[in-house]
Amino acid sequence: MDIKNINSDIAISCKSISKKYGRIEALNDINFEVSRGEIFGIIGPDGAGKTTLFRILTTLILANAGTAVVDGFDVVADYKEIRKRVGYMPGRFSLYQDLTVEENLNFFATVFNTTVAENYDLIKDIYVQIEPFKKRRAGKLSGGMKQKLALSCALIHKPSVLFLDEPTTGVDPVSRKEFWGMLKKLKTQGITILVSTPYMDEATLCDRIALIQNGEFLKIDTPKNIISQYKNKLWAVESDNMHKLLIDLRANEMTKNCFAFGDKHHISINNSQFTINNLRDELVKLEHTNILISEIEPSVEDCFMELSQR
Amino acid sequence: MNNTTQHTTNKVIIAENLTKKFGNFTAVDNISFEVERGEIFGFLGANGAGKTTAMRMLCGLSIPTGGTGEVAGYDIGTQTELVKKNIGYMSQKFSLYDDLKVWENIELFAGIYGMKDKEIKTKTDELMSVLNFESERNKLVGSLPLGFKQKLAFSVSIFHNPQVVFLDEPTGGVDPITRRQFWELIYDATSRGITIFVTTHYMDEAEYCDRVSIMVDGRIEALDSPKNLKKQFDAKNMDEVFQQLARKAKRVDS
Repeated sequence: MDIKNINSDIAISCKSISKKYGRIEALNDINFEVSRGEIFGIIGPDGAGKTTLFRILTTLILANAGTAVVDGFDVVADYKEIRKRVGYMPGRFSLYQDLTVEENLNFFATVFNTTVAENYDLIKDIYVQIEPFKKRRAGKLSGGMKQKLALSCALIHKPSVLFLDEPTTGVDPVSRKEFWGMLKKLKTQGITILVSTPYMDEATLCDRIALIQNGEFLKIDTPKNIISQYKNKLWAVESDNMHKLLIDLRANEMTKNCFAFGDKHHISINNSQFTINNLRDELVKLEHTNILISEIEPSVEDCFMELSQR
Repeated sequence: MNNTTQHTTNKVIIAENLTKKFGNFTAVDNISFEVERGEIFGFLGANGAGKTTAMRMLCGLSIPTGGTGEVAGYDIGTQTELVKKNIGYMSQKFSLYDDLKVWENIELFAGIYGMKDKEIKTKTDELMSVLNFESERNKLVGSLPLGFKQKLAFSVSIFHNPQVVFLDEPTGGVDPITRRQFWELIYDATSRGITIFVTTHYMDEAEYCDRVSIMVDGRIEALDSPKNLKKQFDAKNMDEVFQQLARKAKRVDS
């Protein structure tokens, strides 16, 4: 344990972390640092290794190799210190179903030697939304309310670092937006947040992100930088027959990749000579009608697909 | 298994004033809509809007307290077993048995739906080659990556050739490439005349549906093609449509 680290600007530091389950490599040589007060996103699909990483950092399981430091403390040697300091909201709802909303909150406050009153400021905005149901058992709450209660319980001891493992999975788009609003507010209180999500559109709400797939980080950077590093030309294409359009675009030899994106298809182009007009001519020949093609800025999802195919 | 007379109508789902009350709470409040054969119908709504309750009624798992409905030609109030025989169902939470092999899962579900051994065998071979799954045939489903699993689960849910398949958030947590491949499987199924009824929280997927309904507080607040909905709500995309409608919800999400 190195006391001077406590005041450093680094809230989380991970060096060469690997974890195997039998022959399956859940995490392979993970390296990253999270600065104090940052919202850092771990973005990737189920099974990529997100939860394993969270469990290592919250001292619930041991890595096979590598070291990690949270809030200045080593996850192995100083695990007791870390447990006092961090808040953790696991992916699976893990509060006591047969305790009421209020009882859960009091319980977690007591476990951490504090009271709800002491840190009420921190959770007030979130808790007032579920307060009308404070006498209801946690097991009887809806998904959105469970999420708010779990966040309140993870915050009640004023943690320095907050770990949120897929807090918005299965949550509708409106509630997801609200949730990210709450995280922004917590950030202004100086809390460092490590958050994982399979929703690529949430990536831009983070200060920095790591894209993870098959236990490896594909990239770590700000969402803006990741987008600006996208190398190919990217066009959005639509026509009256979207299904045929997808097949035709994929068959085109200038196409590097082509994927459906809502009401348009995104196509990345290999060749710098090939122009939008060239493509339009080809599509007209293939009898497409009402063709619209425009050059677009890639989204994080475009970048993820590009990187994961390398 | 299917009674051919049931195929004469082109409406695979008909809901008329469908209602479900739990005590004095109205989970589904008088909803009416129809789904055409071969259509991809997106069923959207915020958490707690009543989607799951409505879907359970359409699958013959919950009896309506008001209104009527017909699925695959059978009454959802009185012919629930026939409804169940003629539909497929898949959700993110429950799909296949992890501790059975790929072929065992197929045989189990196909057997439950009353398919003959010989037919199961030929169709399994076919499916393995279409999905490029030959080398996975003898693997435990639990050892497959999630994306594989979900593609397989969907294929199993339509293996008995149901008239309509209900998909409850089938792509949650799936990586972006597999998510798109999954939708290509959906398109293939519709080209074989199977009707798709799907819920999702990914608004880009709402754009892939022929028509979309959006539930707010137990009622259907909007129902049209994505194109028309965007026009109607003066929105750039379906996410904006959804945000406008779902924010009107008064019911406390409970």
